[in-house]
Amino acid sequence: MNLLPWTIYLSLGGALLVLVAGARSAATARWLALASATAGWVIALLAAQDFNPGPGLQTLVDVPWIPEMGVRYHLAADGISLTLIVLTGLAATAGILFSWNIEERTNEFFALFLTLIGGVYGVFLSSDAFVFFVFYEIAIVPKYFLIANWGSTNREYGAMKLVLYSFAGSALVLAGVIWAYATAGSHSFALGDLASAAVNFSRGQQLGMFALIFLGFAVLAGMFPFHTWAPTGHVAAPTAASMLLAGVVMKLGAYGCLRVAMPLFPVGLAYWQPFIAWLAIIGIIYAGLIALVQDDFKFVIGYSSVSHMGFVLLGLAAANAQAVSGAVLQMFSHGVIAGLLFAVVGRMVYERTHTRKLADLRRMPLHKLMPFAALTFVLAGLASMGMPGFSGFPAELTILIGTWKVSPLWATFAAAGVLVAAAFTLRVIQVSFFGTTEGLRAVSHEVHHAGHDGPGDHSHFVPITWPERTGALLLIAATVYVGLKPDVLLNLIGPALQSPLFQAALKGGTP
Amino acid sequence: MNLDPLHLCLIFSSALFCIGLIGTLARSNTILVLLGIELMLNAANLNFIAFWRYGPSPVPATGVLFVLFSIAVAAAEAAVGLALVIAIYRHQKNVRLQEANHLKG
Amino acid sequence: MSLSVQLLWLIPALPLLAAGIGALTPRRGRGLAAGAAIGAMGIAFLLSCGALTTALAHPAAHAAHNFAWFDLGLGALRLGWLLDPLTAFMCVMVTFVGLLIFIFSVGYMHEDANFTRFFCFLSLFAAAMLGLLVANSLLLLFICWELVGLASYLLIGFWFHKPAAAAAAKKAFITTRIGDLGLLLGMLWLYDSTGSLLFYDGGAGVLEPNALGSLVAQTTVGGLAVSTAIGLLIFCGAIGKSGQFPLHVWLPDAMEGPTPVSALIHAATMVAAGVFLIARVYPLMAVDQLLAAPPLHALTVVATIGAITALMGALIGVAQSDIKRILAFSTVSQLGYMMLALGVGSWVAAIFHLLTHAFFKALLFLGAGSVIHAAHHEQDIRQLGGLRGPMRTTFATFAIGTMALTGVPFLFSGFWSKEGILHAAHEWDVSHLPFYAGLAAVVLTAFYMTRLVAETFYGSARSDSASHAHENPSVMTLPLVILAVCAIALGFLGTPVWPWLQARLLGQEEVHGHSLLEGGGLMILSIFLVALGLGVGWAIYGRKLRVSAAAPDPLETALPPVFATLRAKFGFDELYAATVGRLNNAIAVVADLLDRYVWDGAIRFLAVLGEFVGVVSRETDGDALNGGFNATSESLRDGGKAYSRAQTGEAHGYLRVIAIGFVLLVLAVMLGGGR
Repeated sequence: MNLLPWTIYLSLGGALLVLVAGARSAATARWLALASATAGWVIALLAAQDFNPGPGLQTLVDVPWIPEMGVRYHLAADGISLTLIVLTGLAATAGILFSWNIEERTNEFFALFLTLIGGVYGVFLSSDAFVFFVFYEIAIVPKYFLIANWGSTNREYGAMKLVLYSFAGSALVLAGVIWAYATAGSHSFALGDLASAAVNFSRGQQLGMFALIFLGFAVLAGMFPFHTWAPTGHVAAPTAASMLLAGVVMKLGAYGCLRVAMPLFPVGLAYWQPFIAWLAIIGIIYAGLIALVQDDFKFVIGYSSVSHMGFVLLGLAAANAQAVSGAVLQMFSHGVIAGLLFAVVGRMVYERTHTRKLADLRRMPLHKLMPFAALTFVLAGLASMGMPGFSGFPAELTILIGTWKVSPLWATFAAAGVLVAAAFTLRVIQVSFFGTTEGLRAVSHEVHHAGHDGPGDHSHFVPITWPERTGALLLIAATVYVGLKPDVLLNLIGPALQSPLFQAALKGGTP
Repeated sequence: MNLDPLHLCLIFSSALFCIGLIGTLARSNTILVLLGIELMLNAANLNFIAFWRYGPSPVPATGVLFVLFSIAVAAAEAAVGLALVIAIYRHQKNVRLQEANHLKG
Repeated sequence: MSLSVQLLWLIPALPLLAAGIGALTPRRGRGLAAGAAIGAMGIAFLLSCGALTTALAHPAAHAAHNFAWFDLGLGALRLGWLLDPLTAFMCVMVTFVGLLIFIFSVGYMHEDANFTRFFCFLSLFAAAMLGLLVANSLLLLFICWELVGLASYLLIGFWFHKPAAAAAAKKAFITTRIGDLGLLLGMLWLYDSTGSLLFYDGGAGVLEPNALGSLVAQTTVGGLAVSTAIGLLIFCGAIGKSGQFPLHVWLPDAMEGPTPVSALIHAATMVAAGVFLIARVYPLMAVDQLLAAPPLHALTVVATIGAITALMGALIGVAQSDIKRILAFSTVSQLGYMMLALGVGSWVAAIFHLLTHAFFKALLFLGAGSVIHAAHHEQDIRQLGGLRGPMRTTFATFAIGTMALTGVPFLFSGFWSKEGILHAAHEWDVSHLPFYAGLAAVVLTAFYMTRLVAETFYGSARSDSASHAHENPSVMTLPLVILAVCAIALGFLGTPVWPWLQARLLGQEEVHGHSLLEGGGLMILSIFLVALGLGVGWAIYGRKLRVSAAAPDPLETALPPVFATLRAKFGFDELYAATVGRLNNAIAVVADLLDRYVWDGAIRFLAVLGEFVGVVSRETDGDALNGGFNATSESLRDGGKAYSRAQTGEAHGYLRVIAIGFVLLVLAVMLGGGR
């Protein structure tokens, strides 16, 4: 437990080490990066093992940082942060495994990657609004370089849009936090102090601050209509970055909403609740429908991420213990599943076929050429459409149960979103991997005549490598394990929601 | 015209100076230009001696010392100048001063 | 031998294990995969028999074993196993029919390259189906329900290289999921209202009087009792899964899957799951009967849907020409019968028909599979013909199945179970329309089955593939024979004289039979109707046999518009494609455009605006602020250039300047007087 801050230090230190020691040899850089990510994950798992669930944040480090402003370097963890830290460790490890083939400036890539991870760990651990914000920015900046340097289609555009959105969001958050800090006048950025001061804020102030901070974070969580950065960003990003982006970075937004906006301003939450819920529901269905008509493989997955994050936001908006714990579970679940989907699309398929157009993929019998990728994608697709046995099912079920208590109408529309998810997932599975075998015949024909280097020769794709297999198996194991035993996470999340801070929010600000 | 020794010396040194000046400006051989410069320098030295010997207060040895210094400096300067000439010769296989204009702005 | 409820999980677990083995077996391991699947199914059958003896020892008890799945803060979501006669009978049926179909598949699929995968999927399906049967929790039932749908998807799309199969698989999955949406919502509502999803939980379950009483006491929108609303939502799930009107469209298309799959999933077991579900939650469905004047009884809706489906399926079946599609519409129609029975209040009649139907319809499908296998995958009955001679066993068993389905009196099981439904419908006091629909369907069923048999087995072979057909190996015919025996024998478990099955299902220890003469008029009427259907069918198709594949159907020449309508299945597919499909697609396209141009466009516009402001500022800066500075530095640079031009490098020039300077200096000294 006390080792938890080391997740941050290991990642940031690892980034430096990779940059320096990995300058000569790409292999060194890879192994160093893998080692530090795995170490972080192991620390997270051990901490989760030892964790004694209880209400409230358990302090890890608390030292003054900028005394003039009352900023303290205050790290603390509860069940919710632990869940997400475990997810981050998993996503980081898998992401490095799926970037094993990066040959160009390998050390810089992994250094940026680890910096991003370190920032994410920091966000999940910090309990001081200022420190939170600092780590949040640390996590945003490397994204730009990762996408702009190692990305694919339209990468400058995607990277710039993503970063602009992120910074616009964080500007709103910063404004809100500073407003609250100034109004509170308690000379402290600690979340607990801000929350206790916020009780005395006027209604108008609560509404305004909540709107600023929630909106700022929700942009990063992909809330409709501020979601358009997500598909383009995901598509432009290199595989590992899309995995992190969908898997972890979008969770930062949702986590910010849950950790900062909701407990601080319960009155604001109660007022804005229906707006957020309807935006979330629109997001679920709208993004799902768009995914139904995309012709770019990665765009389908990008929009499915937006749709799934809609469930998270809906769970947060419903604001009761079931819905919120479901939302946290869904964050974990979506982190794993989206990682898996992007890994298949970006790493396994695109790196071999060099196309993401569904029309092209339809003509390649990928299930014959890369059966492992096909199997992985089918499993990930099933998980994504909420099939029982995978983590998506208990998460969405819990959210729906909680939402039904607030409004059956919301639950009905959200459940319809599950139907749309099934539709676009099945479509993309069939079109991408299980196209007609006419393609196969044509291909083998060509191979037969054109020799082994002829155009259109798909028969000697590089076989799926061991890092890909390991990464995929890790993620599949995680989603199945949580799907069968959601208790392992819910037992962490549930008690955390019992803390007085959350209780005020979950009761709609009427203590 | 009544010519005292001082005037005679000054006229002589002026003539020497003019010869040196003309030599300096008119010759294209760098060594001859250097010779012209030496002539002008020695004309100046001659003036020093003349003013010392025939001047209003002939303090012992002042002019001689000036001249000795001046000759020593001139000798050093001539050594440097000749070294430069050799360098120029090595560079352009002649010593024509007009062609040594590589430092133009 | 008996099996306690605590060990009931073994029944679904064994096929699941076999599915795991099948998944890990390489393609070559055909024997291992098939052996594991068949062995697991055989043991599961024996265990089910054990469970049946346990259940029959106390038929009225609902033995349950519950456990928590995960904690939600307020209370744990709990799952459990349930053992009562309904579960036990269904398990025995599913494992037995499944076992026979597995054995048949060994012969039917032996040429397929993906033989091991086929058995993996079959075992997965069996596991999910059995899990659905033993579930004591609506949640566990829903989980298995979804997995059953998944297995069905995988098996319909087993030959996914055929575009029709891939499309059919997707259609089946999505269509049933529309129904599942209702089931999910019903489940959420039920959990919210009662705080539990367990069926039986020592008085706290949702099917026990406490919960039912509170559910029926509350009302919701439109004055509906909450129990009615929940019941109707749950019924949505059954509509989807059991291919009821208006979501029946997927079931005929599902025939694109391999024939054993059609027999197992789309005739005997999965499609019956909807009927089973309604029978399982029957107390919830029926509790609103206690209300004096509710706006709507849940069961009335069930009966209506069932009657419409029964009649519609039979009508469409008349005009199809694909042997499997005729049987599929027959299945739709028979499932409508079962729903009708549930709706009119006799769930035991529905389950009895479900059990007998499972056997004879599996028999018919396997018979069709035998024909298709022998005829080199020719499924069009116009191309077949004359198979009676070469395929004697198949013909004999198919005939038995046909007679059971049409309800040929006394000897065949279908007769007794159909009688039960008609009697129940006759006694229903709300309306007699379902009863008349049922009677009409009896005639139609006899008619189209006669047509099917006449076209397929009589006359002469009308294509090469049919003329080369010969009987299949015994691994395929043996299951047919066993199923044929069951199709006859099973009926005697539930005759009116000795209704043992019905009594046990209702939890009665004793069996009260009555003479056949009670209600004999109705029986005579239905026998007459069966005879009428068979007679007319034979008159049209049997006496003058089809001579060529291209010849028009006699009915088509007689009533062209009616035949065309029926052949087009009343145009439901086209209707859905034109409305729901097109609407959905249109919304999706609009949303995509909205995203690309409006939301994204707004952002791009902001970006362009920002860029514009930047350009304007740059221009201002360049002209106004930088101008002076630039001019200064420019002039300095020009001066420098001019000076540097003086540095000619010409030593003479320098000397000349020095000389002039010297002269000037001398002149200055002279003119200035030396001061």
